[in-house]
Amino acid sequence: MSLYRLTLHELKGKMDKKEISSEEVTQCFLDRIAALDEKLGAYLTLCDKKALEKAREIDQKRMAGELLGDLAGIPVAIKDNMCTKGLLTTCGSKILGNFSPPYDATVMEKLHGEDIVLLGKLNMDEFAMGGSTESSFFKKTRNPWDLERVPGGSSGGSAACIAAHEAVFSLGSDTGGSIRQPASFCGVVGMKPTYGAVSRYGLIAFASSLDQIGPLTKDVRDMAIVMNKIVGHDRKDSTSAPVEYGNYEEGLDSDIKGMKIAIVKEHYGEGLNSEVKQSLMKAAENFRKLGATVDEVSMTSLDYALPAYYIISSAEASSNLARFDGIKYGFRSENYENLLELYKETRNEGFGKEVKRRILLGTYALSSGYYDAYYKKAQQVRTLVRRDFEKVFENYDFIVGPVAPTTAYKIGEMTNPVESYMGDIYTVPVNIAGLPAIAINCGWDSKGLPIGMQLIGKGFSEKTLLKAAYAYEQEYKEEGGKLHV
Amino acid sequence: MFDKDYEVVIGLEVHVELKTKTKIFCGCSTEFGAEPNTQCCPICMGFPGTLPVLNGKVVDYAIKAGLATNCKITARGKQDRKNYFYPDLPKAYQVSQLDLPLCYEGYIDVEAEGKSRRIRITRIHIEEDAGKLIHKGEEGTLVDCNRGGMPLIEIVSEPDMRSAEEVRAYLQKLRAILLYADVSDCKMNEGSFRCDVNLSVRKFGEKELGTRTETKNLNSFNAIARAIESEATRQIKTLKAGGKLVQETRRWDQDKQKSFSMRTKEDAEDYRYFPDPDLMPIVITDEKIREIASQLPELPDTRKKVYIEKYNLSPYDAEQLVSSREIADYFEKTVEKCSNAKMVANFIMTDFFRLLALEGDDNNRIPISSENLVELVQKIEDNTINIGISKKIIEEMWKTDKRPSDIIKEQGLEQISDDSILIDVAKKVIENNTQSVADYKDGKEKALTALIGQVMRETKGKANPQMVITLLKDLLDK
Repeated sequence: MSLYRLTLHELKGKMDKKEISSEEVTQCFLDRIAALDEKLGAYLTLCDKKALEKAREIDQKRMAGELLGDLAGIPVAIKDNMCTKGLLTTCGSKILGNFSPPYDATVMEKLHGEDIVLLGKLNMDEFAMGGSTESSFFKKTRNPWDLERVPGGSSGGSAACIAAHEAVFSLGSDTGGSIRQPASFCGVVGMKPTYGAVSRYGLIAFASSLDQIGPLTKDVRDMAIVMNKIVGHDRKDSTSAPVEYGNYEEGLDSDIKGMKIAIVKEHYGEGLNSEVKQSLMKAAENFRKLGATVDEVSMTSLDYALPAYYIISSAEASSNLARFDGIKYGFRSENYENLLELYKETRNEGFGKEVKRRILLGTYALSSGYYDAYYKKAQQVRTLVRRDFEKVFENYDFIVGPVAPTTAYKIGEMTNPVESYMGDIYTVPVNIAGLPAIAINCGWDSKGLPIGMQLIGKGFSEKTLLKAAYAYEQEYKEEGGKLHV
Repeated sequence: MFDKDYEVVIGLEVHVELKTKTKIFCGCSTEFGAEPNTQCCPICMGFPGTLPVLNGKVVDYAIKAGLATNCKITARGKQDRKNYFYPDLPKAYQVSQLDLPLCYEGYIDVEAEGKSRRIRITRIHIEEDAGKLIHKGEEGTLVDCNRGGMPLIEIVSEPDMRSAEEVRAYLQKLRAILLYADVSDCKMNEGSFRCDVNLSVRKFGEKELGTRTETKNLNSFNAIARAIESEATRQIKTLKAGGKLVQETRRWDQDKQKSFSMRTKEDAEDYRYFPDPDLMPIVITDEKIREIASQLPELPDTRKKVYIEKYNLSPYDAEQLVSSREIADYFEKTVEKCSNAKMVANFIMTDFFRLLALEGDDNNRIPISSENLVELVQKIEDNTINIGISKKIIEEMWKTDKRPSDIIKEQGLEQISDDSILIDVAKKVIENNTQSVADYKDGKEKALTALIGQVMRETKGKANPQMVITLLKDLLDK
């Protein structure tokens, strides 16, 4: 088996035993990226030289018996909306096309503290707005299971690179499904942690009250390992939660007998593709076989979650993205005579269509006279959704549901924005309520495309979700389609 | 009063920079006067991905200011984003407070135009300052981010003031209170105490408020007084000519001594306020409020009351003395050793205030030791010198802080109370001023004053004025 196919925990074992070096592993990934990525388009920036240097440095330390971090020598790639010191961080946008931050995001500091090898930065929808990675200013990323199809988004590069074995694990960000949906479309594991569990410091904000960084990995054990390394209170982020996080690997393989699982009636209405639905039903059955109980519940507030999400996220984005004005950093238009034109032309030329659409939407929702009808109402819906979830979790350990209504669609196929927003219908309630959710594969459709499911738990119940996902994966993981790269 | 028909109605918005060591959301220094862009970091420059963390001291100081101005303190505050584009605002929004300000419904009492007035405070909220633009002609406009993210409180008053005099009294009292509470330097010339004036006029007796304007860019007490005068006059003139006023923001031009319209309400920006999702609600417990209240020093009004009751000073005089903590401390230290509080107060309010004013707006340091002032008062009381000559001695003491007795000796300033010397001088003066003598005999009392002046001049101001009067009258009335 090729080195690049190994999971994080397998590679770690071999490196700890000095069976393989980090340099070998890193070189192996760099070779694979060189061979594939022109077709796949997952990477925006590659740090091949630096990665090899770092790998060698770690190998030397390992040989010298120095104490190393738990992820020492593991090649990792990061979504391009997380700040990396001295390295381009573009958010997939022309407006930040030349931006190299003078600081690392907290997650980067944490990963560097564990001695990872950074391979590069990954493609994404511009400012994480989208579900297909098509809105990136720089390039399209393709789905490794069918190169004509999208990898999902906005963390499309983060998902595609794991499915295609171009990195051991990656980080993505999830504002309304941006980790879970591409993980599902690409057949990898993706987790959106509880809001506040992972520091947002250095994550270029889309919607501050919804954004959350999370890993994409090859399997659930890897997910537990990476989660252990990135969660924790951060004094630099006021919204980060000062709670005890525990060890997610501990008890990962204990059984889930007696766990109470809910499926939500509203998830299975119109709009859900029948193959996805069947796969979900089968997954519920599999959970029963593992000794859990599965009941149907109703959550009436979910209908309102999607519009509320688009109002809140766009409103916050309109303010968060206002700083990109061509004055201090990033792109500046050359077509201006005065200050107002400098602003207008820089933003007109620097932002893509979808970003402009959301800025307009958000600006409108916050405008005087409309605030109460939109933003305030949306915040009230938010409370309702939160309560609806709380009610379910009074009686159940977690919810099993679909991630997306369909499997990966074709590049260029989704042209209607409202239709594409509907694709987020199952994922956004989780962000609205600030809950954790993990997406894992639960089957394959007739075209050989992966189908994902998500397990949603109450705040800070990541451990339960990981345990259940692990149990499922151990017993029912299906090999399906064929990698086209 | 500007006009017999119109009443002027004024409310103020005062921005005060808090004297915390670090900025409101990052660890940058707040020191004044550093090289441009040397006191800023990715956070206060709003770099992508950075996040604000509220400096707890800012909340403490704001609460302190609120308690010192008799405000209620909210149990739960929040911070909101005020969105607008400007090159000195790197995030393109200012973090401020829309509703739920930290402090609300307070007041301060002031003395103006011989009356005591209570000016109500609507609210005090916290916010971050913006950077500064430096316009350099050919070079273009440069941005200095040092001031960006400095902690401010904005103190909004009700429209309770009716004259420039009341505004001055309010601002001086407010400044005194904040200085006592030690939450700000309140230096107008460094911009740590800034004021916008909301002004409208209405016919006396009317209940409804008129159309108001807001005047900005007022950097001194003098500018504020002039701007009020100019704006009130403009509004009254417009109304009397049958014109209509528009709600607008105006900018005071100190060189031209005139204000100019910046923008009207119609083209006012929509700031699209919303709660900042990067910041948590501010929770203030009763315990916290008690703790901060216990740290408050004795405030101006407490001292003022003592001065009126114990030293028999007028409310106006007492208010003047408590206007700064240093001055009040000095007064108290001096009267501990001297029973003539009225004279000490007069020296401070006339001579010291004049000399301090020469040294600039914000200085309250008195270079004369209180022991020396006590000695000076004694020299007057025991008739060693007269009041007139004491002014000269004070100026010398101000420069050198020498003992008054040394100055008196060195410069030979003792009062002349020797009959024989004074009679000779008086006779000489009467001889040489026949016209004044004639006038006096014609019943013109004023002529006596001229003659007294002559005697004082002849004795270089040292003659005992009481004795001179008696002697002259005796000689003339003979």
